[in-house]
Amino acid sequence: MEASTLALVWAGVIAFSILAYVILDGFDLGVGILFGTTRDKEMRHRMIGSIAPVWDGNETWLVVVGASLFAAFPAVYAVFLGAFYLPVLLMLIGLIFRGIAFEFREQGDEPGGLWDVGFFLGSVVVAFVQGAAVGALMRGLPVTDGQFSGTSLTWLHPFPVLTGVGLVIGYALLGAGWLRIKCPGALRIWATERIRWLGIALFVVLGAATVAAMTVDFSDGLRDTAARFNALHAVLLLIAVGALAGAIYSTRALRTWLPFALTALLFLAAFATLGTMMWPYMIPYQLTVAEAAAPEASLKFLVWAGVIALPLILAYTIAVYWIFARDTETSYHSGD
Amino acid sequence: MEFDPVILSRLQFAFVVSFHIIFPAFTIGLAAWLSTIEGMRFFTGKPVYRRVFDFWLRIFAVSFAMGVVTGIVMAFQFGTNWSVLAEKTGSIQGPLLGYESFTAFMLEATFFGVMLVGRQRVSPGFYLFACCMVTLGTMFSSFWILANNTWMQVPVGYEIVDGRIIPTDWKEIVLGSIMMIRWPHMLLGAFLTTAMCVAATGAWYVLRNVHREEARVMLHWGLGLAAVLIPVQMFFGHLAGLYVYEHQPEKFAAIEARWEDETPGSEVWIAWPDREQKRNLFAIQTPGIGSLIATGSWDAPMKGLESFPEEDWPPVVIPFFGFRIMVGMGLLMLGISWLGNLLRLRGRLESNRLFLWGTFLAFPSGFIAVLTGWYTAEVGRQPWVVYGLLRTSDAVTPSLTTGDVVISLILYILVYFIFVSFGIWYIYKLLRAGPMGPVQPVDGAPGARPLAFAGDADRRQGRD
Ligand code: HDD
Ligand code: HEM
Ligand code: HEM
Repeated sequence: MEASTLALVWAGVIAFSILAYVILDGFDLGVGILFGTTRDKEMRHRMIGSIAPVWDGNETWLVVVGASLFAAFPAVYAVFLGAFYLPVLLMLIGLIFRGIAFEFREQGDEPGGLWDVGFFLGSVVVAFVQGAAVGALMRGLPVTDGQFSGTSLTWLHPFPVLTGVGLVIGYALLGAGWLRIKCPGALRIWATERIRWLGIALFVVLGAATVAAMTVDFSDGLRDTAARFNALHAVLLLIAVGALAGAIYSTRALRTWLPFALTALLFLAAFATLGTMMWPYMIPYQLTVAEAAAPEASLKFLVWAGVIALPLILAYTIAVYWIFARDTETSYHSGD
Repeated sequence: MEFDPVILSRLQFAFVVSFHIIFPAFTIGLAAWLSTIEGMRFFTGKPVYRRVFDFWLRIFAVSFAMGVVTGIVMAFQFGTNWSVLAEKTGSIQGPLLGYESFTAFMLEATFFGVMLVGRQRVSPGFYLFACCMVTLGTMFSSFWILANNTWMQVPVGYEIVDGRIIPTDWKEIVLGSIMMIRWPHMLLGAFLTTAMCVAATGAWYVLRNVHREEARVMLHWGLGLAAVLIPVQMFFGHLAGLYVYEHQPEKFAAIEARWEDETPGSEVWIAWPDREQKRNLFAIQTPGIGSLIATGSWDAPMKGLESFPEEDWPPVVIPFFGFRIMVGMGLLMLGISWLGNLLRLRGRLESNRLFLWGTFLAFPSGFIAVLTGWYTAEVGRQPWVVYGLLRTSDAVTPSLTTGDVVISLILYILVYFIFVSFGIWYIYKLLRAGPMGPVQPVDGAPGARPLAFAGDADRRQGRD
């Protein structure tokens, strides 16, 4: 079965939205993860302040991804959420504690408390679950008649656990890069130090995941994935590794934005590797883009969302980032 | 009742959606109210509007945050617990929810940031624009979600090809006549909820003799708005009743607790419907006028539940009482808002303590009406999840076990209980503290939040 043009367009829109989500919410989840590693009140205040105006918009990309999947590839939405019942539950609870922390932590008699713990743990759990879901997807999911046919613990294996830990570190890396751009002074130095350590840790964990995938946790899905490995993937992987090394190294450079940009490149390359390896499957090796696509009548109706709404979203998102981009300067000059 | 994944998933869905709707019901109206007040200030420059705005903005921030996080849970429920529903009807429900996130969620979430922390960073005109964008977002959101739910209530504009549901007429699905009744009914419900809360807050301050100037603004706007909106709401409610009569006769019979066919129908005012014996206990009813109320004609035949196979019967008790409570709340709002405006015309609004107490105590009336209205609509639709097309018991995720859903249900209950009680406590504290004059962000705190100041107002005032 060939995928229709519209199905391809929607696969593209979803890929774009996932990437936007991973990088945007990635850095603010990362800030949440780093938030838990310091007890300094002033630092925490500045960290949360650096993402306060944008976190909600960032997180909403996740809803866009979910709704677009539901709209354009309902079969994938159904299998995916059925398979990750418990992890998704944990993620949602994580998102709850994260989301309310912004408002609630200011409400008690002393800022922080329970909600600060929730903010940190919530961020870690959300990142872990997303990473583990990717790992489990690569291992392969059992599907019968278009519905998931495993149990709620099918996803739990060494490889997905390691990819989960990997994403926690990866998001923290993005977060540290963001803080380095946004928060001059002591916090910048603190974040820069973290970038080095996190970069190295990420190398180690990804290495361990690869070893696990090839030894104890070798599954049919992974074997099929390995069999599809070609020159393009090798190039993409090299770019990913190079970007990670660059992110660590560039902490010496004066340009504050460089580590963040290189980490984003790492995510881009890793995402492209995964995407091209699995193509044309959306649930590897069970459901293809063509099989999962909604009827043409649905996709056609949706087109306006992609053609009109998406560019508008991009325009106002960029405008809002631009408005708050000037923040750093004010706080910098007033010494903060 | 056996506890299988279906019944547990239904409980879970009812639980999480009931908590969710509380916040939209409030924030949709509050966003519009904030935009209005900000607009008034923009054009008149009166400082009292700024104080009222800043005060409600803090409450909006807390409620909106809870609306967002409980809403994200909803967006995934369809897939986690109702994957057969998602897969089968995704071709129609998916695009509707897709449009909701593309046109509404991104808009409200992005400009929410500007609204909360952008006051000092953008021009007053742009700030007003941001408020309006958030408002527009909440309205779009209610539009698409109601289109979605309306399709589940009365599926239209589709055909079934090889067992797949294929949309054929999107105009009918999105702008159908039932949608044009239910969406206004919901939107007005949200506005009324907020209007009652605002008026109640004003009444509370007058009773405590604090914040008199702001309290007057709240009382006048809240009662005025409710007085105008409630008759319109009742009219749309009446239209909603007509659509149910026409398209969902089983639900209609349940709402009316009518077991047997009758011509003309009687109107049961209050009773205890007994499913076992298929009759009403302790009924107070007026024979002969049921047909008139429902259809406007004296002798229209009214179908009772016995006309339908018993496996298609919805539960009776919840729709029956849900409907009556909703209508009762509507009548209460009518009474309070009209009496209030009458008192205001006579210049006695702020001196009639009995009335003020009544207004204050009526603050939950909107929430109660919205919740019971949804219970009427949703429980009355049972045993179908998509009326006439897909039974709820066939829609559940096949791989779910009872254990899975028990775990998730318990976790949701625990988590919601914790954060909603704190949220309500914080909102209460903000309400109790009242308006405190304009908020000036502390220089140099990037992304400092108005709430940051709300929480430590005293310290802040010392520092400024
Ligand atoms: C009549 C209105 C209404 C109704 C019936 C629902 N919602 Fe809702 N929802 C809203 C009105 C709303 C809103 C006004 O747009 C919210 C509430 C507060 C907020 O932040 O946005 C929102 C938030 C909200 C969010 C978070 C958006 C964000 O990230 O900013 C999601 C994902 C959903 N909802 C999804 C749902 C689903 C799947 C529902 C169906 C069961 C549902 N809502 C019922
Ligand atoms: C927001 C206000 C809403 C409330 C308070 C509400 C309430 C309920 C309740 C109480 C049930 C359980 C009925 C039963 O099992 O007897 C239910 C079921 C359900 N409703 Fe709603 N509902 C709301 C909105 C929606 C919307 C907007 C949709 C769809 C877009 C929807 C879709 C469903 C589904 C899928 C079920 C599960 C199947 C079922 O139990 O029947 N609901 N809802
Ligand atoms: C006083 C006269 C009223 C009448 C006759 C009335 C009638 C109805 C009917 C028949 C339904 C069920 C529709 C369905 O099954 O889809 C309904 C639902 C609903 N009502 Fe009312 N209503 C009234 C007042 C109110 C008020 C005051 C509010 C809120 C402030 C409200 C909020 C709702 C909501 C949220 C729903 C569920 C959504 C829907 O089904 O449209 N209603 N109403």
